[in-house]
Amino acid sequence: MDKSEILRIVNGVFIDILDDENIVLTDETTANDVDEWDSLNHIQLVVAIERQFRIRFNSQEIQRWNNVGEMVNSISAKLN
Amino acid sequence: MKLFSQLKKNLKNDFSSLQPVKVALLGDTATQFLSQAIRGIGFDAGLDLQMWEANFNQVERQIFDNTSSLYEFKPDVVIIFQSSHKLLETYNKLGSEEYDSLANNRLALIDSLCTAINTRLNTRIIYYNYTEIDDAVFGSYANKVTSSFLFQIRKLNYELMTYAMEHASFYICDLSAIQNQYGKATFFQPSVYINSEMVLSIDILPAVASKTVDIIGALFGRFKKCLIFDLDNTIWGGVIGDDGLENIQLGSLGIGKAFTAFQYWIKKLKNRGIILAVCSKNTEAVAKGPFEKHPDMVLRLEDIAVFNANWDNKVENIRQIQSVLNISFDSMVFLDDNPFERNMVREHIPTLTIPELPEDPANFLEYLYGLNLFETTSVSDEDTRRAKQYQTEAKRNAEKQIYVNEDSFLESLNMTCLVEPFTSFNTPRVAQLSQRSNQFNLRTVRYTEADIKMLADSPDAFTFSFTLADKFGDNGLTGVVILKKETEDTLFIDTWLMSCRVLKRGMESFTLNTLVDFVKENGYKYLKGEYLPTPKNEIVRDHYADLGFSKNEGSWILDINTYQPKKTYIN
Repeated sequence: MDKSEILRIVNGVFIDILDDENIVLTDETTANDVDEWDSLNHIQLVVAIERQFRIRFNSQEIQRWNNVGEMVNSISAKLN
Repeated sequence: MKLFSQLKKNLKNDFSSLQPVKVALLGDTATQFLSQAIRGIGFDAGLDLQMWEANFNQVERQIFDNTSSLYEFKPDVVIIFQSSHKLLETYNKLGSEEYDSLANNRLALIDSLCTAINTRLNTRIIYYNYTEIDDAVFGSYANKVTSSFLFQIRKLNYELMTYAMEHASFYICDLSAIQNQYGKATFFQPSVYINSEMVLSIDILPAVASKTVDIIGALFGRFKKCLIFDLDNTIWGGVIGDDGLENIQLGSLGIGKAFTAFQYWIKKLKNRGIILAVCSKNTEAVAKGPFEKHPDMVLRLEDIAVFNANWDNKVENIRQIQSVLNISFDSMVFLDDNPFERNMVREHIPTLTIPELPEDPANFLEYLYGLNLFETTSVSDEDTRRAKQYQTEAKRNAEKQIYVNEDSFLESLNMTCLVEPFTSFNTPRVAQLSQRSNQFNLRTVRYTEADIKMLADSPDAFTFSFTLADKFGDNGLTGVVILKKETEDTLFIDTWLMSCRVLKRGMESFTLNTLVDFVKENGYKYLKGEYLPTPKNEIVRDHYADLGFSKNEGSWILDINTYQPKKTYIN
């Protein structure tokens, strides 16, 4: 699966979990750019992404990402 | 069950028409998601759970501080969540000679927390018991070592049950049972715990919230009283009308085992006080055959309060069962293996609970265990006699047809009533009626056992309980009145409620005669009543008017000097 496809799916998860149809993610998007994306909802997003892609992140990874692009890279590394 | 993300969406719904309950949640781990999940589940249960959350790890500080915002909030329910993970941290820091005091120390802390809450608030406490963590220091040998963490945690859970039995307003939410049911791998996600201090995984939140809200609902009068079930392929395998008595599947062989186990479960519910009713498309005599003659039947005719086997549609039959039992549809559960029947009934009686039984009967029980349909906050001896009482009610109804006029029928019943104040013997039943009665309940104030004990001892409250027996049988304690001194002249009827199974027998008149006598003997002049409408107590809207009270602003006044004792047939 290529990264643009992963980004598209991640975008869908964000829309569902944060309940906001208007979210448009790019590689550069950070938590500051999305209203509801706080540290608590981050956990919920991570668990939903894990479920969506049938992967598991390790506990350090989860806090290490600086933007959506790095998250997508982590997902991509686990899928390929 | 809904996912957590779906429950979160519930939070945006309109809660304004739902029953409000103020709930405080205090935990030693992060509880924000649990709080959201509880409110979200509450919406689906028809409750507006107004959540107040203590800041992270402030259990003791909020509870021991008189001036804390917990006490300002004045919750109806306090939920305390102290996790096994934090308990393990405490244990780890102990010296090895102190390990085996862990359970006792924690229990002492819980007792002091509850005592502190109870001296400041009149509330109910829900406490999560401890999920098991096997730290594998001793292996299975931990079972033989009192100082092992596993030994201490199991001891603590056992002692908590004993504590709950002795403290009426303390309820345990069985978190440990949830972990056992779903498995620790689902229940607890280490990476989530490390990153967020949450001990509950996102996936387990709905189950935990649901089990919690089951208790809150039961505390506020929402629980099941009756189980209606189908027969063919539901409590035995096969179709009795086609296969015959010898060929239905029951007993110790094959799928028969599943039906037998299922029947034992239903029997246990009946023994606990759930009323059983049969609703089946069958010829009555054929349907009753197995109950009378099959050696492997667990359920017998005397277990069934209402037996409806005929060829009319099930909606009509269930309505008929409801009218005989005189309890609301939302306190009944209907089990039927046939999805068509289920949908048909669901469409016509939407408030009835109708589980989607799995196709394979082998899965019935595990599925039903998971639904936790029969949560309760009290059990009394009276519960166990309930089926018998409803059967006699059916007989009474049959006899009523013979009498031309109501008075001669009532006279023929030879009714007797025992009036007593609240005592330690009748407290559990009084509290239960206070929690349960929805229809004949003038103000629907709910009292717990602890409240009832306080009222019994209060110098400004006068308590009355009424039993009713007749020639058919004993209905037990069926009426409760609490009078509170309002002024030197006036007693206020704080509570007047009756079980619906004794309606239309003159109990209202008898009760009022009793109250008026009491008022006179104690030098008061007026009785003041009030009707607070709810969706369920329409039948007593004109109660005080019918009894001769006169309207005075929002309440009803009876001048006892002008009162003429009413005619009754109760002695």
